[in-house]
Amino acid sequence: MSEKILNSGEKTATRDAYGKALVKLGGENRDIVVLDADLSKSTKTADFAKVFPERFFNMGIAEQNLIGFSAGLAASGKVPFASTFAVFATGRAFEQIRNSVAYPKLNVKVAATHAGISVGEDGASHQAIEDIAVMRSLPNMTVLVPADAQETYQVIKKAAEYQGPVYIRMGRLAVPVLFDETYNFKIGQANIVRDGKDATVFAIGLMVHEAIKAAEELSSQGIEIAVVNCASIKPIDREMVIRMAKQTGAVVTAEEHTIIGGLGSAVAEILSENYPVHMARVGIKDVFGESGKPDELLVKYGLTYSEIIKAVKDVLAKKQS
Amino acid sequence: MTIIEEMARKIRIDIIQMLAAAKSGHPGGSLSAADILAVLYFKEMRVDPENPHWPDRDRFVLSKGHAAPVLYAALAERGFFPTEELLQLRKTGHFLQGHPDMKKVPGVDMSTGSLGQGISAAAGMALAGKIDHKDFRVFTLLGDGEIAEGLVWEAAMAAAHYKLDNLVAILDYNGLQIDGRNEDVMNSAPVADKWRAFGWNVIEVDGHDLEQLMNAFELTKNLRGKPSIIIAKTIKGKGVSFMENQAGWHGNAPSPEQADSALRELKGGKDHE
Repeated sequence: MSEKILNSGEKTATRDAYGKALVKLGGENRDIVVLDADLSKSTKTADFAKVFPERFFNMGIAEQNLIGFSAGLAASGKVPFASTFAVFATGRAFEQIRNSVAYPKLNVKVAATHAGISVGEDGASHQAIEDIAVMRSLPNMTVLVPADAQETYQVIKKAAEYQGPVYIRMGRLAVPVLFDETYNFKIGQANIVRDGKDATVFAIGLMVHEAIKAAEELSSQGIEIAVVNCASIKPIDREMVIRMAKQTGAVVTAEEHTIIGGLGSAVAEILSENYPVHMARVGIKDVFGESGKPDELLVKYGLTYSEIIKAVKDVLAKKQS
Repeated sequence: MTIIEEMARKIRIDIIQMLAAAKSGHPGGSLSAADILAVLYFKEMRVDPENPHWPDRDRFVLSKGHAAPVLYAALAERGFFPTEELLQLRKTGHFLQGHPDMKKVPGVDMSTGSLGQGISAAAGMALAGKIDHKDFRVFTLLGDGEIAEGLVWEAAMAAAHYKLDNLVAILDYNGLQIDGRNEDVMNSAPVADKWRAFGWNVIEVDGHDLEQLMNAFELTKNLRGKPSIIIAKTIKGKGVSFMENQAGWHGNAPSPEQADSALRELKGGKDHE
């Protein structure tokens, strides 16, 4: 099954795990090539470049060409991982991803880091808050958001094995390790991190950690919520979403992304058509971010366990009324 | 008449017939590239119509994807699919899409249509060849209006950086684009100097002179360490007198009467021999 790449208890950014995963998988699959756009030290593809310099290609500050080259490499049998910051990968190169990758269903892995507001000091120009929404809207595209280092390794491994375009969203901030080496990530499958009967929080990325904190706090108040990690946003685990809505009757989503078009929308789309329950979305409220310390920004923009607690109490009140 | 000349003529006839049947599409930039495609598919490129995904084949990427008719005609004449299929161009449910789709059309190596993206993907294919020490070559056809796209120059810079001498671009330099003459819409001159400055070998030819085209392709085989571009001076609408040098024939299909007249002219060339 999976392999251990980190010691549990260690706090690691998903991008750090990405670099390590690339080195490991690069040794197993000679077709893996890695491309970057002058951010290899930040995206951690530099780890791969050090070990496999003949399979690493810096495209310079040219994201459109980063994707175009990746498409051509994939069309010739390579498994390219194209990395840059999420805002440039999915914004600057959106149409290259649409027409040269997603439409011909080429085997390109767009592995973006520095997603979300937790980019911090660089400010709104560098904080992708809409990347999931735009990638999710593309036919043929798979969208994955790992929540910790172990899951990142598995996501990268499964993305490399899967034939077709994948968008992988990773963060800059160090996050605690949630999963051990027995964890087995599957594309299209959500996993219950904590079970509960009163409400379900579907979360991704660093909000999974906040959701767990919220669950612990609520438990001490006698409210038992389930926390479900939805690392596979597309395809999303429909069955799990419906099942948990039936089990708990109230749903909250939590994502470090605009509430338009991301996880909250994906869950709402399924529930409104299949099993409507009271629902609240925790996320960025249709605004751009700003410069600041990541922790302060997460508080300012409502991306904390206390916001999740508020949202849970809100849906519980509606459920009971 | 040589085989290549004959093929160029057949390709032009196919283009008119398919566009007349489709009632939409791009005749001007398809006709201007007919001689280039004839040389590529009937002389220069190592391809096998029986095995379109052969890993060692030469690749062709139609970066100016709107000229799909010229590519489909060349592929059909080369035997990748029956020529009768050409008349189904742009029809619902048929595999011949308005712009090339690699998943649907045998012999199409890259889906294109959004300008600038083809040369970038072609360069990626050339890089894959270098990584694997394969000797296949990658050809890509650019439009002269297309080179206003920034991505063309990102790709040009990277192709030179990675010394992709297995990449050959051809510029269909017919001087016209949808809104008019290149120099009025967006002046790209001096074109040859720009490519040279980006580190490419530049060869300038008459794009309707088969001998010059063949010599240029031959020359690119021996130019090592750099990608090459053949700047082919062409006439938009070449071969159909009322379409020649008319920007208006960029994206309009001929009426049945116009098609008849065009076909008489193209077929007439043979009767005179």
